Amino acid sequence: MAALRHGETSSRELTRACLARIQRLEPSLHAFLYLASDSALAQAAAADRELAALRKADSQSTQPLLGIPIAIKDVLAVEGLPCTAGSKILEGFIPPFTATAVKRLQEAGAIVIGKTNTDEFAMGSSTENSAYGVTHNPWDTSRVPGGSSGGSAAAVAARLIPAALGTDTGGSVRQPASFCGVTGLKPTYGRVSRYGLVAYGSSLDCVGALARTAEDVAILFQIMAGRDPLDATTADAPVSKIEFVGADTRLPLRGLRIGVPKEYFVRGIQAEVEAGVRQAVSVLEGLGAEVHEISLPHTEYALPVYYILAPAEASANLARYDGIRYGPRIQAESMWDIFYRTRGGKFGAEVERRIMLGVYALSAGYYDAYYGQAQKARTLIQRDFEQAFEQVDCIAAPVAPTTAFPIGAHGDDPLAMYLEDVFTLPANLAGVPGLAFPVGFDRAGLPVGMQLMGKHFREAVLLRMAHAYQQVTDWHLRAPSL
Amino acid sequence: MPLSLEEVEHIAMLARLELSAEEKNRYRQQLSAILDYIRKLQELDTTDIPPTSSVSSGAGHLRADESRPGLSREALLENAPEVERGQFKIPPVFE
Repeated sequence: MAALRHGETSSRELTRACLARIQRLEPSLHAFLYLASDSALAQAAAADRELAALRKADSQSTQPLLGIPIAIKDVLAVEGLPCTAGSKILEGFIPPFTATAVKRLQEAGAIVIGKTNTDEFAMGSSTENSAYGVTHNPWDTSRVPGGSSGGSAAAVAARLIPAALGTDTGGSVRQPASFCGVTGLKPTYGRVSRYGLVAYGSSLDCVGALARTAEDVAILFQIMAGRDPLDATTADAPVSKIEFVGADTRLPLRGLRIGVPKEYFVRGIQAEVEAGVRQAVSVLEGLGAEVHEISLPHTEYALPVYYILAPAEASANLARYDGIRYGPRIQAESMWDIFYRTRGGKFGAEVERRIMLGVYALSAGYYDAYYGQAQKARTLIQRDFEQAFEQVDCIAAPVAPTTAFPIGAHGDDPLAMYLEDVFTLPANLAGVPGLAFPVGFDRAGLPVGMQLMGKHFREAVLLRMAHAYQQVTDWHLRAPSL
Repeated sequence: MPLSLEEVEHIAMLARLELSAEEKNRYRQQLSAILDYIRKLQELDTTDIPPTSSVSSGAGHLRADESRPGLSREALLENAPEVERGQFKIPPVFE
């Protein structure tokens, strides 16, 4: 960004370099569903004119991202660009509005270069559920990038783009960030507007950012965060400027307490993941933090709670796709048959499964046993976090039980795929922020990630901790050879 | 307790999903396995625990009940599969 301001490089050069690298690597990665090359280059030219004028007037831009290209997960609306949510049921849909999170970044000068691949309606942990084909992990293209924001994570990891937006309903920013070795933030629920986001589980959905460093993630986050009249669940909590300490501060984390929950180190976790996380915790300890073992006793119930509540909310949210107002229609004699055929013909298998699970959990005779019980258990999970945060400022844990798995590993076994989310779901259920960042590599050369979870609206604590870690380690600087 | 084929058909009807015989059979097995796992939740004692209503602290704004400009009719019809005289077109609902 400083290079742009000083005229050492231009927004056009930067945008062209991104597009050239995308062109070269897309055949092996498939991170993007749509490239807005022409509009991006036109906006870059406009940004360069503005930067030149500012230099001439010897003044600074008020737009912190002026001329910086970014990528947007294809579940967020950008006016005039196709938005598919990875689904055939939205094929050809061009939204007439822009999501608030994207709009704020555009107002800050960012240039949208394209839309990234995602599991259909953000339902999945690998991008294998995208109706438009899987994204490949840049560290090993035979493996998944994680999901559902796998396109965004792969694009940042492969240096196709400096930063990208993702969304996180059950881990969909953090898990792909971990699998691809980048930094990814799921903010507090209600921190970033959901206006213009294709709804999945509305009490869980969060818009987040992925970039190489905690510092870059913080820049995007601070621009996106804050109350939006178009989303009634956004909070008034102030978004204060996040102050990062310099590398010369000896104990930057002094006074901060980290909790390590014993329930997150269970049988089935890859030994190198556990070792990587424990090693990273001791690095944070070396930077002045205090480390305590804690307990989040209801962790094992997060998975069943999530796979009742998220499908229940999805079954209601996805009722709008009916072949009448937008998206393709499979023509039939009656309106009811249009609904049946269009939905049955255009939704993919995972989406159909979750809609059916949700309908079942909400149906007469089962509501109390499933939905009602899950909402009560969700209260217990929230209380676990409240109690933990009486003792510690943040919680350190693995992001996923393993590093990136091979494409096709879970075949047609949806339950095995759900188990991938076991460590990320609790933060969504409790509405607390979570930040994933790379803390090492396994023997196969795949990135190992760690997540920090924090108190509501205390994203700054997590970002400062990760930043301090990134000042003394270089995992986040390593790039896949492509 | 596995779902019956009739239950799967009933759920698919409620969800307005046309499924092939092969899909019904596959979803019956997969949904049964998922529900078996989810039933683990029944073992949890939630007596006197209130259900979560919201995780957003500090939210809950209501706007004034006033009309405001929205998207234009043209913009909203642009994505429709079938349009006639400025309206969404569907087959007759009543004979």
